[in-house]
Amino acid sequence: MDWLTYLPSLAQGALVTAWITLASIAIGAALAFAAGIARVEGGRAVSTLALCYTEVFRGTSLLVQLFWLYYALPLVGLSFDPVTTGIVGLSLHVGAYGSEIVRGALNAVPVAQREAARALNFGRVHTLMRICLPQAIVEMMPAFGNLAIETLKLSSLVSLISIADLTFRAQSIRNITLDSATVYTLTLVGYFLMSLVLMLAMRLIERMVRRGAAFPRAAHA
Amino acid sequence: MMYGYTWDLTTPLTYAASILPILLIGLTVTLQAAAAGFALALVLGLAFALLRRSRIKAVALTTAFVVEFLRDTPLLVQLFFLYYVLPDYGITLPAFLTGVIALGLQYSAYTSEVYRGGIEAIPRGQWEAATALNMTRWQTYRDIVIPQMVPRIVPTMGNYLVAMLKETPVLSVVTVLEMLGLANMIGERTFEYLVPLSMVGIIFLLLTLICSAGIHRLEKVLPKAGIPLR
Repeated sequence: MDWLTYLPSLAQGALVTAWITLASIAIGAALAFAAGIARVEGGRAVSTLALCYTEVFRGTSLLVQLFWLYYALPLVGLSFDPVTTGIVGLSLHVGAYGSEIVRGALNAVPVAQREAARALNFGRVHTLMRICLPQAIVEMMPAFGNLAIETLKLSSLVSLISIADLTFRAQSIRNITLDSATVYTLTLVGYFLMSLVLMLAMRLIERMVRRGAAFPRAAHA
Repeated sequence: MMYGYTWDLTTPLTYAASILPILLIGLTVTLQAAAAGFALALVLGLAFALLRRSRIKAVALTTAFVVEFLRDTPLLVQLFFLYYVLPDYGITLPAFLTGVIALGLQYSAYTSEVYRGGIEAIPRGQWEAATALNMTRWQTYRDIVIPQMVPRIVPTMGNYLVAMLKETPVLSVVTVLEMLGLANMIGERTFEYLVPLSMVGIIFLLLTLICSAGIHRLEKVLPKAGIPLR
Protein backbone atom coordinates (compact mmCIF):
# COMPACT_ATOMS: atom_id res chain seq x y z
CA MET A 1 0.00 0.00 0.00
CA ASP A 2 1.94 2.93 -1.35
CA TRP A 3 -0.54 5.60 -0.52
CA LEU A 4 -0.10 5.14 3.23
CA THR A 5 3.49 6.30 2.92
CA TYR A 6 2.31 9.59 1.37
CA LEU A 7 0.02 10.44 4.26
CA PRO A 8 2.53 11.84 6.82
CA SER A 9 3.91 14.37 4.33
CA LEU A 10 0.47 15.30 3.03
CA ALA A 11 -0.80 15.71 6.61
CA GLN A 12 2.06 18.13 7.34
CA GLY A 13 1.08 20.08 4.26
CA ALA A 14 -2.56 20.06 5.33
CA LEU A 15 -1.50 21.64 8.66
CA VAL A 16 0.23 24.47 6.79
CA THR A 17 -2.87 24.90 4.60
CA ALA A 18 -5.09 25.00 7.69
CA TRP A 19 -2.86 27.56 9.41
CA ILE A 20 -2.69 29.85 6.37
CA THR A 21 -6.43 29.55 5.76
CA LEU A 22 -7.40 30.29 9.37
CA ALA A 23 -4.97 33.20 9.69
CA SER A 24 -6.22 34.68 6.41
CA ILE A 25 -9.87 34.26 7.42
CA ALA A 26 -9.19 36.03 10.73
CA ILE A 27 -7.19 38.93 9.26
CA GLY A 28 -9.51 39.05 6.23
CA ALA A 29 -12.56 39.34 8.48
CA ALA A 30 -10.98 42.25 10.36
CA LEU A 31 -10.19 43.98 7.04
CA ALA A 32 -13.69 43.21 5.75
CA PHE A 33 -15.35 44.84 8.76
CA ALA A 34 -12.99 47.83 8.65
CA ALA A 35 -13.51 48.44 4.92
CA GLY A 36 -17.23 47.57 4.95
CA ILE A 37 -17.99 49.90 7.87
CA ALA A 38 -15.81 52.61 6.27
CA ARG A 39 -17.85 52.36 3.07
CA VAL A 40 -21.15 52.80 4.92
CA GLU A 41 -20.27 55.09 7.82
CA GLY A 42 -17.07 56.85 6.76
CA GLY A 43 -16.81 60.35 5.35
CA ARG A 44 -16.12 60.88 1.66
CA ALA A 45 -12.34 60.44 1.88
CA VAL A 46 -12.48 57.33 4.06
CA SER A 47 -15.18 55.60 2.05
CA THR A 48 -13.43 56.37 -1.26
CA LEU A 49 -10.24 54.86 0.14
CA ALA A 50 -12.17 51.74 1.18
CA LEU A 51 -13.83 51.60 -2.26
CA CYS A 52 -10.42 51.73 -3.99
CA TYR A 53 -9.11 48.92 -1.78
CA THR A 54 -12.15 46.77 -2.53
CA GLU A 55 -12.11 47.35 -6.29
CA VAL A 56 -8.37 46.85 -6.69
CA PHE A 57 -8.25 43.56 -4.79
CA ARG A 58 -11.52 42.22 -6.19
CA GLY A 59 -10.67 43.33 -9.70
CA THR A 60 -7.27 41.68 -10.05
CA SER A 61 -6.53 38.02 -9.88
CA LEU A 62 -5.24 36.56 -6.59
CA LEU A 63 -2.38 34.82 -8.37
CA VAL A 64 -1.30 38.13 -9.91
CA GLN A 65 -1.45 39.73 -6.45
CA LEU A 66 0.62 36.94 -4.88
CA PHE A 67 3.27 37.09 -7.60
CA TRP A 68 3.30 40.84 -7.33
CA LEU A 69 3.91 40.67 -3.57
CA TYR A 70 6.44 37.86 -3.99
CA TYR A 71 8.48 38.95 -7.01
CA ALA A 72 7.81 42.63 -7.50
CA LEU A 73 7.84 44.08 -3.96
CA PRO A 74 11.40 42.93 -3.14
CA LEU A 75 12.58 45.02 -6.13
CA VAL A 76 11.43 48.16 -4.32
CA GLY A 77 13.10 47.00 -1.12
CA LEU A 78 10.20 45.33 0.69
CA SER A 79 10.53 41.63 1.24
CA PHE A 80 8.83 39.19 3.57
CA ASP A 81 9.20 35.45 3.98
CA PRO A 82 6.87 33.38 1.76
CA VAL A 83 4.38 32.46 4.52
CA THR A 84 3.90 36.11 5.51
CA THR A 85 3.54 37.07 1.85
CA GLY A 86 0.97 34.31 1.35
CA ILE A 87 -1.08 35.29 4.40
CA VAL A 88 -0.90 39.01 3.55
CA GLY A 89 -1.98 38.39 -0.07
CA LEU A 90 -4.78 36.02 0.81
CA SER A 91 -6.07 38.25 3.65
CA LEU A 92 -6.14 41.36 1.47
CA HIS A 93 -8.00 39.46 -1.25
CA VAL A 94 -10.52 37.85 1.09
CA GLY A 95 -10.98 41.08 3.04
CA ALA A 96 -11.98 42.88 -0.17
CA TYR A 97 -14.66 40.28 -0.94
CA GLY A 98 -15.80 40.26 2.69
CA SER A 99 -16.15 44.05 2.78
CA GLU A 100 -18.85 43.80 0.12
CA ILE A 101 -20.73 41.34 2.34
CA VAL A 102 -20.42 43.66 5.35
CA ARG A 103 -21.50 46.68 3.31
CA GLY A 104 -24.52 44.86 1.84
CA ALA A 105 -25.70 43.62 5.23
CA LEU A 106 -25.27 47.04 6.88
CA ASN A 107 -27.21 48.70 4.09
CA ALA A 108 -29.98 46.12 4.48
CA VAL A 109 -30.69 47.17 8.08
CA PRO A 110 -34.01 49.06 7.87
CA VAL A 111 -33.64 52.86 7.99
CA ALA A 112 -36.29 53.00 10.75
CA GLN A 113 -33.79 51.29 13.07
CA ARG A 114 -31.31 54.15 12.63
CA GLU A 115 -34.06 56.72 13.00
CA ALA A 116 -35.25 55.10 16.21
CA ALA A 117 -31.69 55.08 17.56
CA ARG A 118 -31.39 58.73 16.64
CA ALA A 119 -34.67 59.54 18.41
CA LEU A 120 -33.27 57.85 21.51
CA ASN A 121 -30.21 60.12 21.25
CA PHE A 122 -27.74 57.29 20.53
CA GLY A 123 -24.34 58.37 19.19
CA ARG A 124 -23.05 57.06 15.86
CA VAL A 125 -20.70 54.50 17.41
CA HIS A 126 -23.40 53.38 19.81
CA THR A 127 -25.92 52.98 16.97
CA LEU A 128 -23.44 50.99 14.91
CA MET A 129 -22.30 48.69 17.70
CA ARG A 130 -25.62 48.11 19.43
CA ILE A 131 -28.23 48.47 16.70
CA CYS A 132 -26.88 47.96 13.20
CA LEU A 133 -24.04 45.42 13.55
CA PRO A 134 -25.89 42.90 15.76
CA GLN A 135 -28.69 42.70 13.19
CA ALA A 136 -26.43 42.85 10.13
CA ILE A 137 -24.01 40.19 11.33
CA VAL A 138 -26.75 37.55 11.28
CA GLU A 139 -27.36 38.32 7.61
CA MET A 140 -23.64 38.15 6.83
CA MET A 141 -23.04 34.66 8.15
CA PRO A 142 -24.15 32.47 5.19
CA ALA A 143 -22.06 34.57 2.78
CA PHE A 144 -19.09 34.48 5.15
CA GLY A 145 -19.44 30.69 5.25
CA ASN A 146 -19.02 30.53 1.47
CA LEU A 147 -16.12 32.96 1.62
CA ALA A 148 -14.36 30.77 4.19
CA ILE A 149 -14.54 27.77 1.83
CA GLU A 150 -13.34 30.03 -0.99
CA THR A 151 -10.35 31.03 1.17
CA LEU A 152 -9.42 27.41 1.78
CA LYS A 153 -9.56 26.69 -1.96
CA LEU A 154 -7.60 29.81 -2.90
CA SER A 155 -4.96 29.00 -0.29
CA SER A 156 -3.72 26.30 -2.70
CA LEU A 157 -2.24 29.11 -4.80
CA VAL A 158 0.36 29.86 -2.12
CA SER A 159 2.08 26.63 -3.17
CA LEU A 160 3.19 28.59 -6.24
CA ILE A 161 5.21 31.00 -4.08
CA SER A 162 7.09 28.05 -2.56
CA ILE A 163 5.06 27.53 0.62
CA ALA A 164 4.97 23.84 1.59
CA ASP A 165 1.18 23.54 1.86
CA LEU A 166 -0.94 20.52 0.88
CA THR A 167 -0.76 21.26 -2.87
CA PHE A 168 3.01 21.85 -2.72
CA ARG A 169 3.55 18.53 -0.92
CA ALA A 170 1.39 16.74 -3.46
CA GLN A 171 3.50 18.21 -6.27
CA SER A 172 6.76 17.15 -4.58
CA ILE A 173 5.55 13.58 -3.99
CA ARG A 174 4.30 13.34 -7.55
CA ASN A 175 7.59 14.56 -8.95
CA ILE A 176 9.43 11.77 -7.09
CA THR A 177 6.96 8.87 -7.46
CA LEU A 178 5.08 9.80 -10.67
CA ASP A 179 2.07 8.19 -8.97
CA SER A 180 -0.23 11.05 -10.06
CA ALA A 181 -3.63 9.41 -9.67
CA THR A 182 -3.12 8.36 -6.04
CA VAL A 183 -1.41 11.56 -4.91
CA TYR A 184 -3.93 13.95 -6.42
CA THR A 185 -6.93 11.87 -5.36
CA LEU A 186 -5.67 11.96 -1.77
CA THR A 187 -5.08 15.70 -2.05
CA LEU A 188 -8.56 16.38 -3.43
CA VAL A 189 -10.09 14.25 -0.66
CA GLY A 190 -7.98 16.15 1.87
CA TYR A 191 -9.28 19.51 0.68
CA PHE A 192 -12.83 18.15 0.57
CA LEU A 193 -12.64 16.96 4.19
CA MET A 194 -11.15 20.26 5.30
CA SER A 195 -13.98 22.08 3.52
CA LEU A 196 -16.54 19.95 5.35
CA VAL A 197 -14.94 20.72 8.72
CA LEU A 198 -14.79 24.42 7.88
CA MET A 199 -18.44 24.36 6.78
CA LEU A 200 -19.49 22.74 10.08
CA ALA A 201 -17.47 25.29 12.05
CA MET A 202 -19.09 28.17 10.19
CA ARG A 203 -22.54 26.67 10.85
CA LEU A 204 -21.73 26.54 14.57
CA ILE A 205 -20.57 30.16 14.57
CA GLU A 206 -23.70 31.12 12.64
CA ARG A 207 -25.86 29.45 15.26
CA MET A 208 -24.01 31.28 18.04
CA VAL A 209 -24.51 34.58 16.26
CA ARG A 210 -28.20 33.87 15.71
CA ARG A 211 -28.67 33.20 19.41
CA GLY A 212 -27.11 36.57 20.06
CA ALA A 213 -23.94 35.16 21.58
CA ALA A 214 -21.82 37.62 19.64
CA PHE A 215 -23.56 40.61 21.21
CA PRO A 216 -25.18 39.19 24.36
CA ARG A 217 -26.12 42.47 25.96
CA ALA A 218 -27.56 43.96 22.79
CA ALA A 219 -29.69 40.88 22.20
CA HIS A 220 -31.32 41.04 25.62
CA ALA A 221 -31.52 44.79 25.96
CA MET B 1 12.52 39.30 -27.45
CA MET B 2 9.22 37.49 -27.64
CA TYR B 3 6.71 37.13 -30.49
CA GLY B 4 8.98 39.45 -32.50
CA TYR B 5 8.76 42.31 -29.98
CA THR B 6 11.90 43.53 -28.18
CA TRP B 7 11.76 45.24 -24.82
CA ASP B 8 13.26 48.61 -24.11
CA LEU B 9 14.50 48.85 -20.53
CA THR B 10 15.61 52.51 -20.56
CA THR B 11 12.79 53.75 -18.32
CA PRO B 12 9.82 51.96 -16.72
CA LEU B 13 7.50 53.74 -19.18
CA THR B 14 9.31 52.65 -22.32
CA TYR B 15 9.58 49.17 -20.82
CA ALA B 16 5.82 49.10 -20.22
CA ALA B 17 5.06 50.35 -23.72
CA SER B 18 7.42 47.85 -25.35
CA ILE B 19 5.95 44.78 -23.62
CA LEU B 20 2.30 45.82 -23.98
CA PRO B 21 1.88 44.06 -27.38
CA ILE B 22 3.24 40.82 -25.88
CA LEU B 23 0.81 41.01 -22.94
CA LEU B 24 -2.07 41.71 -25.32
CA ILE B 25 -1.27 38.47 -27.15
CA GLY B 26 -1.51 36.79 -23.73
CA LEU B 27 -4.77 38.58 -23.12
CA THR B 28 -6.35 36.96 -26.19
CA VAL B 29 -5.38 33.55 -24.77
CA THR B 30 -6.88 34.54 -21.41
CA LEU B 31 -10.12 35.61 -23.07
CA GLN B 32 -10.29 32.47 -25.21
CA ALA B 33 -9.74 30.23 -22.18
CA ALA B 34 -12.42 32.05 -20.17
CA ALA B 35 -14.91 31.95 -23.07
CA ALA B 36 -14.39 28.25 -23.80
CA GLY B 37 -14.35 27.34 -20.11
CA PHE B 38 -17.52 29.29 -19.50
CA ALA B 39 -19.32 27.67 -22.43
CA LEU B 40 -18.43 24.28 -20.95
CA ALA B 41 -19.57 25.40 -17.48
CA LEU B 42 -22.92 26.57 -18.87
CA VAL B 43 -23.63 23.22 -20.56
CA LEU B 44 -22.29 20.98 -17.77
CA GLY B 45 -23.98 23.06 -15.09
CA LEU B 46 -27.38 22.70 -16.73
CA ALA B 47 -26.85 18.94 -17.03
CA PHE B 48 -25.92 18.77 -13.33
CA ALA B 49 -28.91 20.89 -12.33
CA LEU B 50 -31.34 18.67 -14.25
CA LEU B 51 -29.75 15.40 -13.09
CA ARG B 52 -29.91 16.65 -9.52
CA ARG B 53 -33.67 17.00 -9.89
CA SER B 54 -33.96 13.49 -11.34
CA ARG B 55 -36.69 11.32 -9.83
CA ILE B 56 -34.22 8.45 -9.55
CA LYS B 57 -32.75 8.90 -6.04
CA ALA B 58 -29.36 7.36 -6.86
CA VAL B 59 -28.81 9.74 -9.79
CA ALA B 60 -29.86 12.81 -7.82
CA LEU B 61 -27.65 11.94 -4.83
CA THR B 62 -24.61 11.05 -6.93
CA THR B 63 -24.92 14.32 -8.84
CA ALA B 64 -25.27 16.27 -5.61
CA PHE B 65 -22.09 14.65 -4.29
CA VAL B 66 -20.11 15.30 -7.50
CA VAL B 67 -21.19 18.96 -7.55
CA GLU B 68 -20.29 19.40 -3.88
CA PHE B 69 -16.91 17.76 -4.42
CA LEU B 70 -16.10 19.95 -7.43
CA ARG B 71 -17.12 23.05 -5.52
CA ASP B 72 -15.18 22.30 -2.34
CA THR B 73 -11.80 21.44 -3.88
CA PRO B 74 -9.31 23.94 -5.36
CA LEU B 75 -9.15 24.65 -9.07
CA LEU B 76 -5.36 24.35 -8.97
CA VAL B 77 -5.46 20.77 -7.66
CA GLN B 78 -8.21 19.79 -10.11
CA LEU B 79 -6.03 21.23 -12.87
CA PHE B 80 -2.98 19.24 -11.74
CA PHE B 81 -5.17 16.14 -11.53
CA LEU B 82 -6.33 16.49 -15.14
CA TYR B 83 -2.90 17.52 -16.38
CA TYR B 84 -0.94 14.66 -14.81
CA VAL B 85 -3.49 11.85 -14.39
CA LEU B 86 -5.25 11.84 -17.79
CA PRO B 87 -2.03 11.06 -19.75
CA ASP B 88 -1.50 8.01 -17.48
CA TYR B 89 -4.74 6.64 -18.93
CA GLY B 90 -3.75 7.39 -22.50
CA ILE B 91 -5.62 10.69 -22.84
CA THR B 92 -3.14 13.38 -23.85
CA LEU B 93 -4.65 16.82 -24.36
CA PRO B 94 -2.96 20.14 -25.09
CA ALA B 95 -2.38 22.22 -21.96
CA PHE B 96 -4.86 24.85 -23.10
CA LEU B 97 -7.65 22.28 -23.47
CA THR B 98 -6.84 20.74 -20.08
CA GLY B 99 -7.09 24.21 -18.55
CA VAL B 100 -10.41 24.88 -20.24
CA ILE B 101 -11.81 21.57 -18.95
CA ALA B 102 -10.61 22.33 -15.41
CA LEU B 103 -12.18 25.81 -15.49
CA GLY B 104 -15.40 24.39 -16.94
CA LEU B 105 -15.65 21.61 -14.35
CA GLN B 106 -15.00 23.91 -11.38
CA TYR B 107 -17.49 26.53 -12.55
CA SER B 108 -20.13 23.98 -13.58
CA ALA B 109 -20.57 23.41 -9.84
CA TYR B 110 -21.37 27.12 -9.42
CA THR B 111 -23.57 27.43 -12.52
CA SER B 112 -25.58 24.34 -11.58
CA GLU B 113 -26.54 26.13 -8.34
CA VAL B 114 -27.61 29.19 -10.34
CA TYR B 115 -29.71 27.02 -12.67
CA ARG B 116 -31.23 25.24 -9.68
CA GLY B 117 -32.26 28.54 -8.11
CA GLY B 118 -33.67 29.68 -11.46
CA ILE B 119 -35.67 26.49 -11.94
CA GLU B 120 -37.05 26.62 -8.42
CA ALA B 121 -38.16 30.21 -8.98
CA ILE B 122 -40.59 29.09 -11.70
CA PRO B 123 -44.03 28.94 -10.01
CA ARG B 124 -45.53 25.48 -9.32
CA GLY B 125 -48.61 26.46 -11.32
CA GLN B 126 -46.54 26.32 -14.50
CA TRP B 127 -45.66 22.69 -13.83
CA GLU B 128 -49.28 21.86 -13.05
CA ALA B 129 -50.47 23.55 -16.23
CA ALA B 130 -47.91 21.58 -18.22
CA THR B 131 -49.12 18.34 -16.64
CA ALA B 132 -52.70 19.31 -17.43
CA LEU B 133 -51.64 19.77 -21.07
CA ASN B 134 -50.21 16.24 -21.00
CA MET B 135 -46.63 17.42 -21.52
CA THR B 136 -43.82 15.11 -20.49
CA ARG B 137 -41.25 16.16 -17.90
CA TRP B 138 -38.63 16.69 -20.62
CA GLN B 139 -41.06 18.77 -22.73
CA THR B 140 -41.91 20.89 -19.70
CA TYR B 141 -38.22 21.64 -19.08
CA ARG B 142 -37.50 22.33 -22.74
CA ASP B 143 -40.55 24.44 -23.64
CA ILE B 144 -41.74 25.98 -20.36
CA VAL B 145 -39.15 26.07 -17.58
CA ILE B 146 -35.78 26.67 -19.27
CA PRO B 147 -36.93 29.45 -21.66
CA GLN B 148 -38.35 31.37 -18.69
CA MET B 149 -35.39 30.72 -16.44
CA VAL B 150 -32.51 31.64 -18.75
CA PRO B 151 -33.05 35.42 -19.09
CA ARG B 152 -33.48 35.79 -15.33
CA ILE B 153 -30.12 34.27 -14.49
CA VAL B 154 -28.09 36.24 -17.05
CA PRO B 155 -26.64 38.79 -14.56
CA THR B 156 -25.67 36.11 -12.02
CA MET B 157 -23.99 34.10 -14.75
CA GLY B 158 -22.19 37.27 -15.83
CA ASN B 159 -20.71 37.59 -12.35
CA TYR B 160 -19.37 34.05 -12.57
CA LEU B 161 -17.87 34.80 -15.98
CA VAL B 162 -15.94 37.70 -14.45
CA ALA B 163 -14.85 35.45 -11.56
CA MET B 164 -13.63 32.84 -14.05
CA LEU B 165 -11.74 35.46 -16.02
CA LYS B 166 -9.81 36.27 -12.85
CA GLU B 167 -8.94 32.61 -12.27
CA THR B 168 -7.48 31.97 -15.73
CA PRO B 169 -3.94 33.00 -14.63
CA VAL B 170 -3.86 29.69 -12.76
CA LEU B 171 -3.56 28.00 -16.16
CA SER B 172 -0.05 29.46 -16.47
CA VAL B 173 1.20 26.76 -14.08
CA VAL B 174 0.49 24.06 -16.68
CA THR B 175 2.43 26.02 -19.32
CA VAL B 176 -0.53 27.85 -20.92
CA LEU B 177 0.99 31.11 -22.16
CA GLU B 178 -1.72 33.50 -21.05
CA MET B 179 -1.08 37.00 -19.75
CA LEU B 180 0.45 36.13 -16.37
CA GLY B 181 2.58 33.35 -17.86
CA LEU B 182 4.03 35.76 -20.40
CA ALA B 183 4.61 38.45 -17.75
CA ASN B 184 6.55 35.92 -15.67
CA MET B 185 8.65 34.90 -18.67
CA ILE B 186 9.44 38.53 -19.41
CA GLY B 187 10.38 38.95 -15.75
CA GLU B 188 12.67 35.92 -15.84
CA ARG B 189 14.54 37.24 -18.86
CA THR B 190 14.85 40.90 -17.84
CA PHE B 191 15.10 40.38 -14.04
CA GLU B 192 12.50 43.13 -13.76
CA TYR B 193 9.13 41.83 -12.55
CA LEU B 194 7.59 44.99 -11.16
CA VAL B 195 6.45 46.51 -14.47
CA PRO B 196 5.10 43.37 -16.23
CA LEU B 197 3.25 42.09 -13.13
CA SER B 198 1.80 45.54 -12.39
CA MET B 199 0.62 45.80 -15.99
CA VAL B 200 -1.13 42.43 -15.79
CA GLY B 201 -2.86 43.66 -12.63
CA ILE B 202 -3.95 46.89 -14.30
CA ILE B 203 -5.23 45.10 -17.42
CA PHE B 204 -7.26 42.71 -15.23
CA LEU B 205 -8.62 45.61 -13.22
CA LEU B 206 -9.75 47.46 -16.36
CA LEU B 207 -11.28 44.29 -17.77
CA THR B 208 -13.29 43.49 -14.65
CA LEU B 209 -14.40 47.09 -14.14
CA ILE B 210 -15.77 47.14 -17.71
CA CYS B 211 -17.49 43.76 -17.29
CA SER B 212 -18.99 44.74 -13.93
CA ALA B 213 -20.36 47.96 -15.42
CA GLY B 214 -21.93 45.89 -18.22
CA ILE B 215 -23.57 43.51 -15.75
CA HIS B 216 -24.80 46.44 -13.70
CA ARG B 217 -26.48 47.81 -16.82
CA LEU B 218 -28.08 44.44 -17.57
CA GLU B 219 -29.53 44.36 -14.05
CA LYS B 220 -31.23 47.68 -14.76
CA VAL B 221 -32.29 46.94 -18.36
CA LEU B 222 -33.72 43.44 -17.87
CA PRO B 223 -36.50 44.30 -15.37
CA LYS B 224 -37.57 47.14 -17.68
CA ALA B 225 -37.88 44.63 -20.52
CA GLY B 226 -40.31 42.64 -18.36
CA ILE B 227 -37.86 40.00 -17.13
CA PRO B 228 -37.96 39.63 -13.33
CA LEU B 229 -34.53 38.88 -11.87
CA ARG B 230 -35.84 36.99 -8.86
